[in-house]
Amino acid sequence: MPDQIVETKSLSYHFGINQVLDNVSLRVEAGSIYGFLGPNGAGKTTTIKILLNLLHSDSDKVYLFGKEFSKNRIEILSKIGSLIEQPAIYHHLSGRENLINRARLLQIPKIRVGEILKLVDLTESADKKAGKYSLGMKQRLGIGLALLPDPELLILDEPTNGLDPNGIIDVRNLLRKLVSEMGKTVFISSHMLSEVEKMVTHLGIINRGKLVFQGSLEELHKISKKQILIQASDPVKAKVLLSENGYPTDLLAEILYTPYISKEQNAEINSLLVRNNHKVYSLSQSQENLENLFLSITQ
Amino acid sequence: MQGFILSLQSEFYKTRKTLAFLSAILLPLALCLMVSAGFYLNAHKMVNHSAEMQWMRFSGAFIGVMGSLLLPLLIIFQSFSINNIEHKAEMWKSLFSLPIPKWSIYSAKFVYALFLNALCLTLFATFILASGIILDLLKPELKFNEFSFAGTLFKLHMKLFLASTGILSIQFLFSLLWADFLKPMGIGLLLTVFGIITANLGWKYAFTIPYTHPMLAINSIMKQVLNNKNQQMTFDLMSKEIWFSLAVATVTFVIGYFVIRNRSVK
Repeated sequence: MPDQIVETKSLSYHFGINQVLDNVSLRVEAGSIYGFLGPNGAGKTTTIKILLNLLHSDSDKVYLFGKEFSKNRIEILSKIGSLIEQPAIYHHLSGRENLINRARLLQIPKIRVGEILKLVDLTESADKKAGKYSLGMKQRLGIGLALLPDPELLILDEPTNGLDPNGIIDVRNLLRKLVSEMGKTVFISSHMLSEVEKMVTHLGIINRGKLVFQGSLEELHKISKKQILIQASDPVKAKVLLSENGYPTDLLAEILYTPYISKEQNAEINSLLVRNNHKVYSLSQSQENLENLFLSITQ
Repeated sequence: MQGFILSLQSEFYKTRKTLAFLSAILLPLALCLMVSAGFYLNAHKMVNHSAEMQWMRFSGAFIGVMGSLLLPLLIIFQSFSINNIEHKAEMWKSLFSLPIPKWSIYSAKFVYALFLNALCLTLFATFILASGIILDLLKPELKFNEFSFAGTLFKLHMKLFLASTGILSIQFLFSLLWADFLKPMGIGLLLTVFGIITANLGWKYAFTIPYTHPMLAINSIMKQVLNNKNQQMTFDLMSKEIWFSLAVATVTFVIGYFVIRNRSVK
């Protein structure tokens, strides 16, 4: 198996005169959970549709499993399970019938249908019409359909949409299990870092069609700026004081945030506050919240 | 080829409980029951006719309305329903990201639409035949059992089926391209009415409009039967409009495939 399961080479795409993707070079390693993040309209779904050959890109731009897509479409698609936007399900058929229909199309033994229903926790409502399912159940059925062929690569576009917190945790655990125990690779898109932060091993952040970050979660942590967190007796006045003395400061939930420069500067800030009759309850260092970092990257 | 057969099986599986499939069975049944009831109540008006003429009158009650309006409308509805099942479920993106060749998915759908039309017309012929036999049992003064009409009846419906392949291919393409009901229905209805007018006016080039083909097929049958010295129900299966209908179906099918192959799923 090649190291890079998904690779795009300077991928660009236009809808009419609008450039939707601009030189996007993705690299998704085998056995990883790759979180593809970006605000709404950044180009995530377009990228996913190109990865599935639903939108046609220039040749020699998209490689999956080490092979150029357009020349190896069927072979590549036979190794992928996908869920794009809302789950595509027949509402007049039951959950079980939806899975049976897909199993027949892909020549998958019927026994797998029962396994998938159990895996996505739909056994009890398997014979209910899918149109009567809740949003979360539809989403789970969509994930089940994607998992049915036991794919090597799972591409999921915002799979936690409509799921309650427990549902999100279930999906997270399921994806972790697929990677750690079954050696799958997962490519998952989301517009919320907090949703995928706890499960991904690698991240790609896209904004206005450009890939602005790509790397492991550790690498993202490295670029996040260190900050000083201060708790003082009068945070509003303390903020004004620090700002006037050249320390750009934010105040959030009674805590003052100012960029970390050096240990010496920490001492100077403390001294400045004390000299001006502020009581300093705590002064500590922390890395910038990843969500804030994500927002700052994508703004 | 395997992808085609699997796709065809899937078409049957997913539409078996929908109106698209049920209409192919229920429409001939309902219509036969209604027309048979009418003939049962007015059997005394038929008794003086020959057995052959009784069959012609009985089947003519269906075929006249079918050729002009019912068959085109049924095709418009069925081809819409077959494709709408995918539009409604937003299934195209899912279908085209499966490891199945696009031509298999497309051609299986097209063949399934043809199958539904063939099933409906076969059932029409069967129910007409069965109704004639039952009417004969209920009203012994009728002479349906004195003349074997089965061969003619099935040949007639076969001709109608062949004549409707052009309409079917065009409506299939329309409903493949447009998710809403109004566009394929509106255009189909407009062309059907236009077809009826041009065929009734006897326009020389009416055969170039696929929506006239079922009507022209019936006209050509009537012409041949009336010109026949013994007025026997003998007619050619393949006539000009049939060849034209098959040609339109073939060309539209090929165009449809290239549209699907090159079309992005947005």
